[in-house]
Amino acid sequence: MSKRTVELELATPGLDAQGAPTRVPLALAPEAEPDLGGEHLLVNLGPQHPATHGVLRLVVELDGETVVRVIPHIGYLHSGFEKLGEYRHYNQIIPLTDRTDYLSPMANNVGVAMAAEKLMGIEITPRCTVLRVIACEMSRIISHMVWLGTTSIDLGAFTPFLWAFQERERIYNLQEMWTGARLTTSVTRVGGMMADIPDGFVEQLREFTRTYPKTLDEIDHVLTRNAVWAGRTQGVGVLTREAAINLSLSGPMLRASGVAYDLRKDKPYLGYETYDFDVPVGEHGDVYDRYLVRLEECYQSNRILAQAVERLPAGPINVDDPRVILPPKSRAMSDMEAMIYHFKQVMEGVKAPVGEAYVGIENPKGELGNYFVSDGTAKPVRWRIRPPSFINLASIARMAEGRLLSDLIAINASVDIVMGEIDR
Amino acid sequence: MNPSVAALRTTFGSAIGRALDVRGDTIVYVQRERLPEVMRWLRDAPGHEYHYLVDVTAVEYRDRERQLEVVYFLRALHRQADLRVKVELDPAGDLTVDSIVSLWAGADWLEREVYDMFGITFRGHPDLRRILMWETYNEGYPLRKDFPLRGRFSRSEQVRQALNISPEANYSMEELSIADASDDLPADMRERLRKGERGRVQESE
Repeated sequence: MSKRTVELELATPGLDAQGAPTRVPLALAPEAEPDLGGEHLLVNLGPQHPATHGVLRLVVELDGETVVRVIPHIGYLHSGFEKLGEYRHYNQIIPLTDRTDYLSPMANNVGVAMAAEKLMGIEITPRCTVLRVIACEMSRIISHMVWLGTTSIDLGAFTPFLWAFQERERIYNLQEMWTGARLTTSVTRVGGMMADIPDGFVEQLREFTRTYPKTLDEIDHVLTRNAVWAGRTQGVGVLTREAAINLSLSGPMLRASGVAYDLRKDKPYLGYETYDFDVPVGEHGDVYDRYLVRLEECYQSNRILAQAVERLPAGPINVDDPRVILPPKSRAMSDMEAMIYHFKQVMEGVKAPVGEAYVGIENPKGELGNYFVSDGTAKPVRWRIRPPSFINLASIARMAEGRLLSDLIAINASVDIVMGEIDR
Repeated sequence: MNPSVAALRTTFGSAIGRALDVRGDTIVYVQRERLPEVMRWLRDAPGHEYHYLVDVTAVEYRDRERQLEVVYFLRALHRQADLRVKVELDPAGDLTVDSIVSLWAGADWLEREVYDMFGITFRGHPDLRRILMWETYNEGYPLRKDFPLRGRFSRSEQVRQALNISPEANYSMEELSIADASDDLPADMRERLRKGERGRVQESE
């Protein structure tokens, strides 16, 4: 490359013809600004953007600051869980569900076990039922706490994030006590639970339910009537009642739009009809109402936990059926019959009758469906997860188009996505 | 048995196939050609009003003789009634069903996922692209029974393809046409896009 001399018309410092001091220009004379009027901008958000809550990628067309079009791209975390499930026994599927919606692993474990039990026609024990309610509601609290924390960070409030994660940590300690794992709990088995709760668990849970509402009150105090929070969320991402139903939304997204539909009330399972709790329903269908619904659900989950812990009946956690439940290890080592059952279950798995079963449960994110199709062998022909946040996320384009880019962040946060479940 | 099945039979006659009651859930088989009108009727007919689409999925059986099924889960929210509608397809034949996105907007991504995983085409879908796999994925349809668990290509081949994929594979032509972003692309990339060579894997030497 040849050396190029650049001729710059710099004024020498000193005095000009009139005797006035001249100044050296600090930069070259700016070029005329190009005319940007009417030109749309392509902005790529993600897949590693902190405000996308995981590996979600949004290709956004912008006109100035207004979102014209949102094209979501998902699948970066696709692991083929449904395919893997076709090669596993029903109990071996349970660890896979830890990794779908990893913010509420225990509730996923319950969902898949219930679907397998419906397929096999198993009735679980009263103690197991209450333990599963505890598992589901603990999951709802930690999932909503993560949602609250990350959303408040997205919208510029850092403090509630710390409070929320502190409460989540307490539930994680309880989960660790119960299952030995904080995240990958695998707490259920077809026909029962992996383990009974340990000594001291009930006391700690009782202590949690006593002190937890105080944190919620603090979060409520900081956010609900906060002008910045309300300004960023009220009237943003509105979905009407009809649109929410037509888009197949579920969970807090559906209820914030004014549809009073909660599977715990409308299709009760695990004896939810015997607990005293309310289902919060929004009326505007915007981000603010979704926040209010989730915050109130935390109070209600706490109520359910407090009731469940008091009514926890004594008795076995597993059904009395050696064909589905592994015998205790001590018996399997000493008793011929128990050893044969142990061998058959481990080697062949539990055979399910021909047919199919769908069970939907109210997960923190919405209706988690597990659909099993069996051909009579120990492995399902098809295992389908109805992923609530996948279906909820599909509405993001409709909510964000025509809004500002900053609203897109609030809207995306309000869907409460978890990519492990969306991509499966 | 869900009373909607009898009503369906009187309205649509031979378009309604067998109906089963499996563990308390009603399953009804519908002829593929009549699916859109049956679904519209189920959504709108007074007394039935299945306004809510829970899920759309497909099932392929290990038994090669059995048909591939597309499964629609419908729900009437106000009266807690569920109905499962199935359409049978010949796995060796034409895997095409009419889309129901015009009835339920929520079916959009669900149908895309079924297309992605099973290769079933939904006629009339506004934007039928792969969703979980990337758009240039060319190993087939992962949830079909003839698809091996570990995929068709070896790990090294998959890595090679991933490394050699041209960068424009990350954007569709439609996305690049936003604004005048395409003018800012390097000339060779623009040339490849013009010829429709999006995301083609270059042969390694």
